[in-house]
Amino acid sequence: MSTLTAPGTSARPVAVEISGTTPIHQIVAFGAMVTLLVLAPFVVYPVFLMKALCFALFACAFNLLVGYVGLLSFGHAAFLGCAGYASAHAAKVWGFAPESAIVFGTLVAAALGVVIGALTIRSRGIYFANITLAFAQMIFFFSLQAKFTGGEDGIQAVPRGTMFGVLDLRQTYTMYFVVLAVFLLGFLVVYRSIHSPFGQVLKAIRENEPRATSLGYQAERYKLIAFVLSATLAGTAGATKALVFQLASLTDVHWTMSGEVVLMTLLGGMGTVFGPVVGAFLVISLEHYLAQIGSWLTIVQGTIFIVCVLTFRRGVIGELGRLLKKPL
Amino acid sequence: MTIFGVPTQALFGQLLIGLINGAFYALLSLGLSVIFGLLNIINFAHGAQYMMGAFVAYFALQWTGLGYWPSLLLAPVVVGLFGIVLERTMLKRLYQLDHLYGLLLTFGVALVVQGVFRNQFGSSGLPYTAPAQLTGGYNLGFMFLPTYRAWVVVFSLVVCFATWYVIERTKLGAYLRAATENPTLVQAFGINVPRMITLTYGFGVALAALAGVLAAPIYQVNPLMGADLIIVVFAVVVIGGLGSIMGSIVTGFGLGVIEGFTKVFYPEASNTVIFVIMALVLLVRPAGLFGRAT
Repeated sequence: MSTLTAPGTSARPVAVEISGTTPIHQIVAFGAMVTLLVLAPFVVYPVFLMKALCFALFACAFNLLVGYVGLLSFGHAAFLGCAGYASAHAAKVWGFAPESAIVFGTLVAAALGVVIGALTIRSRGIYFANITLAFAQMIFFFSLQAKFTGGEDGIQAVPRGTMFGVLDLRQTYTMYFVVLAVFLLGFLVVYRSIHSPFGQVLKAIRENEPRATSLGYQAERYKLIAFVLSATLAGTAGATKALVFQLASLTDVHWTMSGEVVLMTLLGGMGTVFGPVVGAFLVISLEHYLAQIGSWLTIVQGTIFIVCVLTFRRGVIGELGRLLKKPL
Repeated sequence: MTIFGVPTQALFGQLLIGLINGAFYALLSLGLSVIFGLLNIINFAHGAQYMMGAFVAYFALQWTGLGYWPSLLLAPVVVGLFGIVLERTMLKRLYQLDHLYGLLLTFGVALVVQGVFRNQFGSSGLPYTAPAQLTGGYNLGFMFLPTYRAWVVVFSLVVCFATWYVIERTKLGAYLRAATENPTLVQAFGINVPRMITLTYGFGVALAALAGVLAAPIYQVNPLMGADLIIVVFAVVVIGGLGSIMGSIVTGFGLGVIEGFTKVFYPEASNTVIFVIMALVLLVRPAGLFGRAT
């Protein structure tokens, strides 16, 4: 156990005590996840897995906001899509190396997160969902009209390049393990943020904002930091995805994408550590196998939404955690 | 003749298009506001219900030969009943939970409804002609005014102000406003609040369906006609202030006109102008132009 003083003013009378050790069942679950993901590409089609991993990171980033701050953003596609465009443009037109392209895309998403976050963070609940959605739609129209995004065509044939000068990303397996590394890094960043004094403050704000404020925490600043962090990681997911598919397109900025990440997180379990990952794999598998039946996909997705909201609000991992009596 | 280097013909043409769009923004955001006021949910299915209204008019014509005028009444009733069933069977279960679940549920409903219609009718528009009485137009000298478009603007203004009158000036409206403030107390006075909630949702949905019928002759009948429109309407609602009746009407028409003028003077921004205005309004008045601070 370690006693940490919450960041901010040093004269704060209240110290937040949090557990310094990670619960053993979460280590086991994490180990199982890593093992599965390392072995998976030798059994399952790697491109499918890479897609699922990018979305898993996207959903984890989204969950940081909805699950731990209680803010439902309905415009997270803006960050995914913009970072995708930025990294694709950097790699293709400016000749950036893949690692720089991903970092650049991430930074663009972070900057966008600061702007949109500053404008939206004062609102809550439904207002917040509504406003983020509207901003994302603005980004969509911007992407549709701006020259460098290629409009309806998107940015195609983005070179994957060679990472750090040694890893040839044109090799599918190399690409896969790079994506896996990016995903795990992002996952751990989210995990660390949630299980830190910062995360505790976020949860306090989620549970009772006026009380957190009365304890001296500047709720808006904490929420803004969480928003920017979430946008940044969503950007990492988008930038990586653009390299994997060698494409940045309007699909990633459209509001349906924002809806999809909500679905993944809801299905997997909002406010759980592993839920978004499971949700992303479930939704992407569903899309993969239902691709042939075209517009039925929307109907199935809508039905899952309705069923989850009415009867399954904890999601897969939330229910599993309840059965095992351990938070996952 | 030109104004600021733009021919008056084009200017007034865009003004008219702006007013038409504004009429739809106003009708749709009015419905959203009425629903939000009492149920505290954002009805994400509003765009799908607007589309259903247009389809009811289309079916009525195809199957039974019922024309535009009966549809103007039939579509709101049919889609309003759909809304009532939705509220009774699903939304009702969510009132004690976070209001965001209502948003997620109606989002799911929108996906299902739009998916089903797209499966059946594809993504291309089905033509629906305006009634004979409303075809043609007037030459006003400086511009040509199609009769149907004038009708849409006038009729939606009438509907909007009638709704405003009922809510702000009648006894029924007073109950409604009281229930918005404090449902428990109103219930204690012997008013059936759950029924009121159901009917209010049905009414808001019916307004969306009415807008759908009005839109059918202009934009054709298309399964996705409401999908993107509704997001603009969300922005309109945010600008006007959620739950404000007059705010919805004024901002709806106002933003339609501003959007129309943007098409004339700076066409590149016409899609985004409403969102830019939204950002500016949020900076100055976070509760919206007509909203009360929460």
